[in-house]
Amino acid sequence: MTKQTETRVLLQDIPVSRQPDASIAVVGSPNSGKSTLFNRLTGLRQRIGNYPGVTVERHIGTLKTDNQKIELVDLPGTHGLSAHSLEEHITVDVVLGRIAGTQPPDGILAVVDATNLYQGLYLVQQLLELELPVLVALTMSDAAEASGLKIDIEALSARLSGVRICPVVATTGKGINDLRNALVELPGQPAPAPSESWPELSSAARELAVSATVPLRPAEIERLLIDGPIGANKHVLDCLGENAEAEVQRVREQLFGFEPPLAMEARVRYAWVREVLTEVQNQVPVFYSWRSRLRSWINQPIPGTIGLFIVMAIVFQAVFAWATPVMDLIDNVTAILGSMVSNQLGGGALSSLVSDGVIAGVGSVVIFLPQIIILFLFIILLEDSGYLARAAYLMDRAMRSVGLSGQSIIPMISSFACAVPGIMATRVIPNRRDRIATIIAAPFMTCSARLPVYALLIAAFVPPRDIGFLNLQGLVLFALYMFGIIAGVLTALLIRKTALRGPKPPFALMLPEFRRPNIQTVLLQLYARAKIFLYRAGTVIFAVAVVVWALSYYPRANDIDPALTANQAAAVQLEQSWLGRAGKFVEPVFEPLGWDWRVSSAVIAGFPAREVVVAVMGTIYAVGDEADESTLSARLKSATWPDGRQVFTLPMVLGLLIFYACCLQCAATLAVIRRETGGWRWPAFAWLYMTSIGYFGALLVYQLGS
Amino acid sequence: MDNNCRVLSSLKRGQKAVIAAVDPSDPQVQRLMTLGLVEGAEVELAGAALGGDPMEFRLFGCGISLRQEQARHFTVSSLESGD
Repeated sequence: MTKQTETRVLLQDIPVSRQPDASIAVVGSPNSGKSTLFNRLTGLRQRIGNYPGVTVERHIGTLKTDNQKIELVDLPGTHGLSAHSLEEHITVDVVLGRIAGTQPPDGILAVVDATNLYQGLYLVQQLLELELPVLVALTMSDAAEASGLKIDIEALSARLSGVRICPVVATTGKGINDLRNALVELPGQPAPAPSESWPELSSAARELAVSATVPLRPAEIERLLIDGPIGANKHVLDCLGENAEAEVQRVREQLFGFEPPLAMEARVRYAWVREVLTEVQNQVPVFYSWRSRLRSWINQPIPGTIGLFIVMAIVFQAVFAWATPVMDLIDNVTAILGSMVSNQLGGGALSSLVSDGVIAGVGSVVIFLPQIIILFLFIILLEDSGYLARAAYLMDRAMRSVGLSGQSIIPMISSFACAVPGIMATRVIPNRRDRIATIIAAPFMTCSARLPVYALLIAAFVPPRDIGFLNLQGLVLFALYMFGIIAGVLTALLIRKTALRGPKPPFALMLPEFRRPNIQTVLLQLYARAKIFLYRAGTVIFAVAVVVWALSYYPRANDIDPALTANQAAAVQLEQSWLGRAGKFVEPVFEPLGWDWRVSSAVIAGFPAREVVVAVMGTIYAVGDEADESTLSARLKSATWPDGRQVFTLPMVLGLLIFYACCLQCAATLAVIRRETGGWRWPAFAWLYMTSIGYFGALLVYQLGS
Repeated sequence: MDNNCRVLSSLKRGQKAVIAAVDPSDPQVQRLMTLGLVEGAEVELAGAALGGDPMEFRLFGCGISLRQEQARHFTVSSLESGD
């Protein structure tokens, strides 16, 4: 099965540098509070996934005690060991020890939401059959108490083969010390007896295990019996010795008769869970609080849908309005630093490298850190509060009309931050056609790297007029975001109607209770994101800024008219530099769009990573006539063609914005599309498709507008 | 309408019912069963999105959303009437 191999490659990519004493896998249903608990246990001692959004990568953290180092592996949430999506496959393969080159874990930390024991215990039953030591963390025990729910921990433990159960409140840290101590003692403990919920299945698996040629865990044979010889289960069948196929078939018929095995598993296991629940909990949790009031309000179709649009509009408005003061500050600091350096170092090449290359180039990208932090803050808050799942539910009908399901909404919303984690978040989508259509649509969403270009051009060319309580600049930004959404949705529709025709995908979604996001978890994710952004500014963008500076500084012009001012001389120099020549060479291609050679050079330089464009403009416009102006946006406004016409006219700026809204200028996105679709076919298509739409869109706007 | 034999999608907002029978031939339905929608489970219709689809059900205190066409595979018997 192709899914299987993909999973293996992904996890092998992750280097394991330190040797811990033991490794414990953290397994739980989605929204069981698993990631919050993981963060609480490991704090900053973790190699956190690079991206916020859904937990798709393997997050590894360390739990250190006086003489031991235990590794915790945070796995994607799953409802059971019968995997349906790529994410669930990762979890199942790790706990079954099927990942090539890695050891199976030494123990399992099962995370169960105290307010949702019903689904949690279904998973725990399956985990008890892994023949690994198991510890249960009962999260959200405060919410359970507040809703009047009482759980008899001892009775529950007795029904779960005596495994230890630690009630915790991950958000406040209550019970964490007990859990930490229990975790340290976990590796090496005897594995619990299998749950008594389905004795026929357990004993059948154990009987088959006797004849196996290599040691197999009963849980692996159970999966073979229930899910059949598909995927990795084929390997289990091969290990069972000769004639195993007929024997397995006989056992399956005996166990399940004519019933679908998966349905039978659900019936048997949930019947057992209901029986246990009547013994260990006093009632079904009922939420009489702001949560239930909020939920019942959002549950009304019309207010819920209007609310969704208001939330999104506020997010984009905030990104533009709140960040301005900090951005102005960074802008001024950059300008002051630049002039200080050139005053100190005098004229020469070094001074130019530092002030025009490094400070102007990197500074013009770092300035967008406040906006990026605000955007990510909102996305993380929406995700962690449980609102994104609501959005998927509210948008399902609309998404269905374009051949997708509500599940595609979460990757798309994550793509507003960055398409890379957005595309990785498509792993929760079980249907492959659906998943690829979402992957191709995701890069159309306005990512944080487009924001610098949008922000620069809007700030320079859209007047900051107020329309009602909204600002015109904010509105234009909102319109660009809407444009990205519409383009993405139409693309998905086109693909689903042509290359990926198929039946409408199913939809089932868990809707978690609203909860207050945990500050620590939010800050950890924001910190990781800011680090990546600054790291890129310090490496890739720094390097590009230096290269672009060198291309614009050399070769030096010899015969510059001494009558010219310093800036005019610099403009002549720029025009005959390597960069100027390259820009002039491609100018005919972009001239129909109204771009002069300087804009063309910046666009070309931006193909590996689009945020570089602003850095390149920062460098190019740091010299020449426009350099009299102090900020980049003012310099853009004063840029002219040789005949004195303004370069940045309204049609040209609109075209440039359209170009950026479409064009796939991001090597990282192409790489992740290749990885997630398993080949170059889709990334090549996406690049050609998006670049041509961008080019012809800009052409159309400019030609019609002029 | 016969109040004792209806499908899940015909519930009204706030109405509770117990799942009486599930036809598991469709793999999609089997998937829903692994989420806990099996015979004997008590469900309540908590709301619906624009146009009445998809629907949100409460199942032992947790929320699960289904489309109408999927909810039709579950036969329920009424527990009490809604508001």
